[in-house]
Amino acid sequence: MPVEVRLFATFREGRFKEKQMEFPQASSLADLLEHLQIAETEARILLVNGTAVSAEHKLAPHDVVSIFPPMAGG
Amino acid sequence: MSGYCGKILRINLDTGEINKEDLDLELAKKFIGGRGLGTYFLSEQIDPAIEPLDRANKIIFATGPLTGSQAPTASRYMVVTKSPLSGTVASSNSGGFWGAELKHAGYDLIIVEGKSEKPCYIYINDNTVEIRDAENYWGKLVWETTDLLAAEAADPKARILTIGPAGEKMSLLACIMNDKYRAAGRSGVGAVMGSKNLKAIVVRGTGKTEPAKADQTKEILKGIRKEIQENDVTAKGLPTYGTAVLVNVINESGIYPTNNFQRSYFETADLTSGETLAEKYLVKNVACYRCPIACGRRSRLDGIETEGPEYETIWAYGANCGVDDLPAIIRANNWCNEYGLDTISTGATIACAMELYEKGIIKPDEINGPALKFGSAEAIVEWTRKMGAGEGFGAKLANGSYQLGQEYGAPELSMSVKKLEMPAYDPRGVQGHGLQYATSNRGGCHVRGYMIAPEILGIPEKLDRFSLDGKALWVKAFQDLTAVIDSLGLCLFTSFALTADDYKDMFNAIVGEDWTTEALLEAGDRIWNLERIFNLKAGVGPEEDKLPSRLLNDPIPDGPSKGHVHRLPDLLPKYYQERGWTEEGIPAEAKLAQLGIT
Ligand code: SF4
Repeated sequence: MPVEVRLFATFREGRFKEKQMEFPQASSLADLLEHLQIAETEARILLVNGTAVSAEHKLAPHDVVSIFPPMAGG
Repeated sequence: MSGYCGKILRINLDTGEINKEDLDLELAKKFIGGRGLGTYFLSEQIDPAIEPLDRANKIIFATGPLTGSQAPTASRYMVVTKSPLSGTVASSNSGGFWGAELKHAGYDLIIVEGKSEKPCYIYINDNTVEIRDAENYWGKLVWETTDLLAAEAADPKARILTIGPAGEKMSLLACIMNDKYRAAGRSGVGAVMGSKNLKAIVVRGTGKTEPAKADQTKEILKGIRKEIQENDVTAKGLPTYGTAVLVNVINESGIYPTNNFQRSYFETADLTSGETLAEKYLVKNVACYRCPIACGRRSRLDGIETEGPEYETIWAYGANCGVDDLPAIIRANNWCNEYGLDTISTGATIACAMELYEKGIIKPDEINGPALKFGSAEAIVEWTRKMGAGEGFGAKLANGSYQLGQEYGAPELSMSVKKLEMPAYDPRGVQGHGLQYATSNRGGCHVRGYMIAPEILGIPEKLDRFSLDGKALWVKAFQDLTAVIDSLGLCLFTSFALTADDYKDMFNAIVGEDWTTEALLEAGDRIWNLERIFNLKAGVGPEEDKLPSRLLNDPIPDGPSKGHVHRLPDLLPKYYQERGWTEEGIPAEAKLAQLGIT
C-alpha cells in the first residue's frame, strides 16, 4: 500500500525529506522505522495524518507519516 | 553569601538621585528574585491603575539568585513594569550576558523612577553609577548605539542594554535589546524606557556571587550539567537546529497559524524551517552566559551577520503573513532588532493588517507603501521598517493589532489576549496551551506555561492535545514552575531536561536554604497570584481571560487539526478551581492567606 513518509531534522541526514513508499498491508509504524533504520527510541514524535501515535500503530493506505527526533524550542 | 548581592540600585531620573539600598533577604526568598521579586516591588511602589507611560510608572531590571552564578544558563534578567500595550503587569525576560554582568557589578535589581528631562543613559561600573547624557545616541539604531556605547565605556567587557528608535517613539511594540541581539521582547517594555528618556544601561561588573553551600553546589551543578548534556533535546535538538526546529512539527500537527489564524497549516513551511536555516544561512550556534545548550543562531545574509531568527519570529513573519521567503524573514527580523521592536507582535500586527486590507477594510490609498497582501515578502520587510521608524501608516501599526482592530471596527481580527498578540500555536488544536494563553498574566504569551511540551513534544510525558482531562491542573503546574525558573534567573529551556527537584536542589545549595520542592512551587503559585492581584488592581479582570472569537467559534478549516475549536468555557471554571480562586476568577482570601500575600 502507498504511504507518504516525511522525515525531519537529523533523520533527513543520509535519507530523504519526503518520499512515497510501498508497504505490505497491515504494516505498523515499527516496521516502517525498521525499514528506515531509525531506532524506535529515537523517533520521539510519530504523527500519522497529524495525529500522534505509537510505533504499534497500523498503517492504512495513503497515510501521511511524519517522523521527528526529540526536539523542543519556543 | 547566598546567591543574592543584597543590593538594590534605585535611580530617580526626576532628581538624579542614585541610592544603593539593602535588599531584605527574607523578603527576597519569599518571591525568589527576578520576575517574582520585581513584581513584588512594582506592586508595592506604584499604583497599578496609573498610565504606563506616565513618569509615575517604574521600570525594574531584576536578576534572580542564580543569575550570574555557575549554574547552567544563569544568564537571565527580567524587566518588570506596567505594560503600555496590555495594561497588565509586564515581565519580559532576556538572556545574553547583561543580566549576569549586573549581578557581577553587585546589584540584584535596578529600580528606575521618574523621567529625565533630556535623553540619558545609566553607566554602572561596580560601585560607580552615573546618569550620563545620551543626546548623541538618541535616534540611533540598536547596533550602532551598542557599538558607540561600548567605545565610550572603553572596556570590551562592558555589556550594553538599549532601546532603538521604536522605544524612543514609545511604540507599544517596542522591546529592549541587550548584547545587540537578545531581546526582552514582549509587552512594550521598550516604550517605558523611551517614556523616561532612558536610552540605555551600560554595565561592567568585576565581582562574583558565591553560593551559600560551596561544596554541595559544586556537586549538584555537576549533576545538572550532566543531565543537560545527556538529554536529547538540550544536547542535540536545540544546538543543531535552534528553536526553529519546531516549524515542521507544529505545522505537521496542523496548529501552525497561517494568514492571521485563518488557517493552521502552511504548505511551504519547510522553506522557512530550522533545517533550511541551518542548511543555508547558519554560520554557527551561539550561547548566552554559561549556557551549555547554545540554541542561538549566528546567521549571515547579504553579507550581514546577525542572530536568529527564532521560531516565533519565523512564524510571525512567515506562515502568519503567508510568506515562505526565509531571507525576507531574516531582513524583517533584523529591522526589529535594529529599531527595537518585538518580532512576535510586529509580525502578528502586519498579519492583522493584511487581513483588514484583503477584506477591504484598510484601503490601498491610505497606506502609502507595499500592498498589505498575504504572501508579500516585500510587505513584511518594508512595513517593519516603517513601523520602527514610525513612518506614515507604519506609526499606526506600531501600536499593535488591538488598537488597529479597534480603529477599523474589527476588533475580532486582532489575534491577541489582553491586547498582547498570541504566538505561534493555534489553541484550537492544543487545548491546554489555549487555556494557558487565556489565563497568562501578561496576555497572549507562550512562555508562561509552555503546554506545547506535553501536548505536542511529549515532554515530560505525552498528553492527548484535544482532551480537556487534567489540563487545568497541568496548566497551573506549568505556570507555577515557570514562575520559579523565571525568578531564579535561569533559561526556561532547561526545563526540557530538568525536573522541579533539580531547581529545588540548585536553589537550596546556592541560596542556603532547605526548602522542599513543594515550598519552591508554592513560591511560584505566590508569584502567579501576586501578578493576578496587580492586574485586578490595574482594572484587567477575569473578563479578560478569553480568546479571540475566531478560536472559539470557527473550526480549523483544513489540515491535520481540521474541525476543532477551543473549548475555553469548559476549561476555565476548572482552572479557577485548581488555582483556589472564586468561581468568578478572583484569588480567594484563604488562598492569599496561605500564600502570605494580600
Ligand atoms: S538555551 Fe538558548 S536562549 Fe537559553 S540560555 Fe542557552 S543559548 Fe540562551
